[in-house]
Amino acid sequence: MSVERIKAQGSEAVGGQSAPPPSIELPAIELKAISKSFGPVKANQNVDLKVLPGTIHGIIGENGAGKSTLMSILYGFYEADSGEILINGQKKKIHSSRDAISFGIGMVHQHFMLVETFTVLENVMLGAEGAPLLNKSSQTAREELLKLSKEYSLAVDPDAMTGDLPVGLQQRVEILKALYRGAEILILDEPTGVLTPQETDQLFKILNILRSRGVSIILITHKLQEIMAITDRVSVMRAGTMVSERETSATSKNELAELMVGRKVLLEVDKTDANPGEILLDAKNLSYREDGVTKLDDVSITLHAGEIVGIAGVSGNGQTELLAALSGICPLQTGSIDIGPVQITSKNHKNPKEFRELSVGHVPEDRHRMGMVTAFNAQETAIMGFHEDPAYNGKVLMDNKAVQEHCTRLMQDYDVRPEDPKLKSANFSGGNQQKLVLAREMDRRPEVLLVGQPTRGVDIGAIEFIHKNLIAMRDAGSAILVVSVELEEIMSLSDRILVMFEGRIVGEVAGKDADARQLGLLMGNAGTQSKTSSEQQNNNNTTHSEEIPA
Amino acid sequence: MDDVFLLLLSTLDSTLRVSAPLVLCAMAGIFSERSGIIDISLEGKLLAAAFSAAAVAAISGSAFIGLGAAIITSVLMALLHGFACITHRGNQVVSGLAINILASGLTVTLGGAWFHKGGQTPTLSGDARFSPITLPGADFLSEIPFLGTIYVELISGHNLLVYIAFLAVPITWWALYKTRFGLRLRAVGENPQAVDTAGISVTFLRYRSVIIAGILCGIAGAYLSTGQNAAFGKEMSAGQGYIALAAMIFGKWKPVPGLLACMLFGFLDAMAVRLQGVAIPGIGEIPVQFMQALPYVLTVILLAGFIGKAVAPKAIGRPYVKER
Repeated sequence: MSVERIKAQGSEAVGGQSAPPPSIELPAIELKAISKSFGPVKANQNVDLKVLPGTIHGIIGENGAGKSTLMSILYGFYEADSGEILINGQKKKIHSSRDAISFGIGMVHQHFMLVETFTVLENVMLGAEGAPLLNKSSQTAREELLKLSKEYSLAVDPDAMTGDLPVGLQQRVEILKALYRGAEILILDEPTGVLTPQETDQLFKILNILRSRGVSIILITHKLQEIMAITDRVSVMRAGTMVSERETSATSKNELAELMVGRKVLLEVDKTDANPGEILLDAKNLSYREDGVTKLDDVSITLHAGEIVGIAGVSGNGQTELLAALSGICPLQTGSIDIGPVQITSKNHKNPKEFRELSVGHVPEDRHRMGMVTAFNAQETAIMGFHEDPAYNGKVLMDNKAVQEHCTRLMQDYDVRPEDPKLKSANFSGGNQQKLVLAREMDRRPEVLLVGQPTRGVDIGAIEFIHKNLIAMRDAGSAILVVSVELEEIMSLSDRILVMFEGRIVGEVAGKDADARQLGLLMGNAGTQSKTSSEQQNNNNTTHSEEIPA
Repeated sequence: MDDVFLLLLSTLDSTLRVSAPLVLCAMAGIFSERSGIIDISLEGKLLAAAFSAAAVAAISGSAFIGLGAAIITSVLMALLHGFACITHRGNQVVSGLAINILASGLTVTLGGAWFHKGGQTPTLSGDARFSPITLPGADFLSEIPFLGTIYVELISGHNLLVYIAFLAVPITWWALYKTRFGLRLRAVGENPQAVDTAGISVTFLRYRSVIIAGILCGIAGAYLSTGQNAAFGKEMSAGQGYIALAAMIFGKWKPVPGLLACMLFGFLDAMAVRLQGVAIPGIGEIPVQFMQALPYVLTVILLAGFIGKAVAPKAIGRPYVKER
């Protein structure tokens, strides 16, 4: 392990922020040689980490690099096999979350640890109620909560039902929960995954305030731009080890990406202007209702040969239903889809198989649920949906040799590793699973390709590969629809961007002119009339209980 | 008029008596299920407790010692359920079913071996039963027309366990909504991870919940064999645990609606007894079997028709596994 530790920490000003010279201060947290194994998997090996008080320390790494495990150890979810934890210079043993909380460590988890049927106040109190009876303690908790809200500008209504709040506010409740327990060290695990760009800005403002009040923050993320935007220092993890530590102002996205992956990575997608041809798919006035809720509201989309259309939006605004409608998974209720000479309507339904025969490929958003059967081996995954093709079948039995050869070829062409057609699909990493599913769909050269979350849970190296292949397919004349919650991905891939909000398409922007702020406003639907924009209202309201879409 | 009034009162009176074990079991179910543990073993705990109460009361001659035995038996079964579902993360329905089968078989076998009466226990009398309590002032108040009559006929004159059953409802409500324990219990049924990350033990919390369920079922069982009846009879719970479960679900896992649902079932049962052999104008005599089947038919209808609308605790039925 090569830890390029920057030795003389005292000689550097930290991030140029309010932090006093660190030379006289003990680190808020110091991890020494932490190791943790799960069976044969070494999740953390000899990991060292120093977080200085009053700073924001980023930890970046690919999926499976061991970031979450390390933080779980710090928060008492797991115990390390070996190594030491020092908090404010004192050696501590953390056996449980209770210990961690008592040492002033708070954590905001990627998936919020909130009880949705509780009020904000109840959630904040849970586990720190004080007395056995609630009457009195909820009164003091309310006062304390309002005091914290004011002190850190974290406005939230204590009596609002937590499940009704937009995610940005739910996250705020999580932060308040930690502060209520007296956290001086706050760990945030992938905090921006579920936020719109505006909510992310808001979160960063909050983090800046916390830092200025002396809270030490550990920010775990795989997004390079967030590291650059907010942290003072950054540690890079790869394959369970800490490979490097940098001062944020002295590094760059490219350097960090290279450290993360272990080789040079091209971050920007390299593509020429689109050259749109004929219309390959023309969907008109699609509406879809489920259990009385409108999921798609009069959506029309045209896909041309040789272009990539991106759908931006906070997840849950109809993107899933749109993909389901365009791939034949959900029968149409109203509207029509023209694919070449064939028209599909509510009366003339076609199933996903028939859609495939019309040359529509589909890479589902959730590969574990819809893209593959994780218990099947790779070669079975590689033909799913096309398994009735005579090429893979003998007279009665499947032609396993042909299937295996097909899979081997796909694995070579699409760089799926390990190159073992017999390996269970579940045992591939996220990126390789995705490459296998993409290979299955792309190898057929469909005229129209629908891709949901092309790089969710996929490493940077594989992202680069997937993007390159999608562009190549576009240049070969396919029409591609990309749905992604990663705004950056949409912006770098798409020739045209459509923004979805509450089942409608609320805006269209040319890929070249796209700008994150403008798209973010459309995603929160702040561009139009009186509909709520969570961000603008949150700035100055304490009584928050309006009907923001969940 | 007076006759109808008295008839109504006596029907309501038997409604209280019939619904008492349902209410206790429904509250037991609320404690268990709000903490995330499905409790179809209400039936088995009820039956086993009824047997223990009658058997121990018959030997010791004390209803209270019988009650204690019933509670211990029921809590042991609850712990068995907890051991399977909480510690070993087993399937909660399967474990519950196993307990029901165990109770059904064990009571008959042990009863046969100990008392040689074909599964029955000896008939209890005197202190070995919970006898009706006349509430203070009943004699005096009976002079007052209307209200006094209600007090004497309806409210006074039940055994201790009936009063405990109906007291259990406000206590359950208070425990769930007004105490730290209740807050945590409701949280663990919705999102156990939130509880775990708040530094509270999910396992211990859930064990406490099933133990409380065990205590309440124990009281209900003692009521069946030493209060309502004077002996244990084979399969005497007759599905009341399931009916209580249905009532609890129909009451959306809340104490007061759960109580009302139990009383609805109790009322139907009381009506069934009352209408035996009575000819209704225009319809004629309703077959007893039809009336007796009514609570069960209602259970099916209510569950089929309303279970979709009732929102169960989110984490119900799912064993808690620590995740990264």
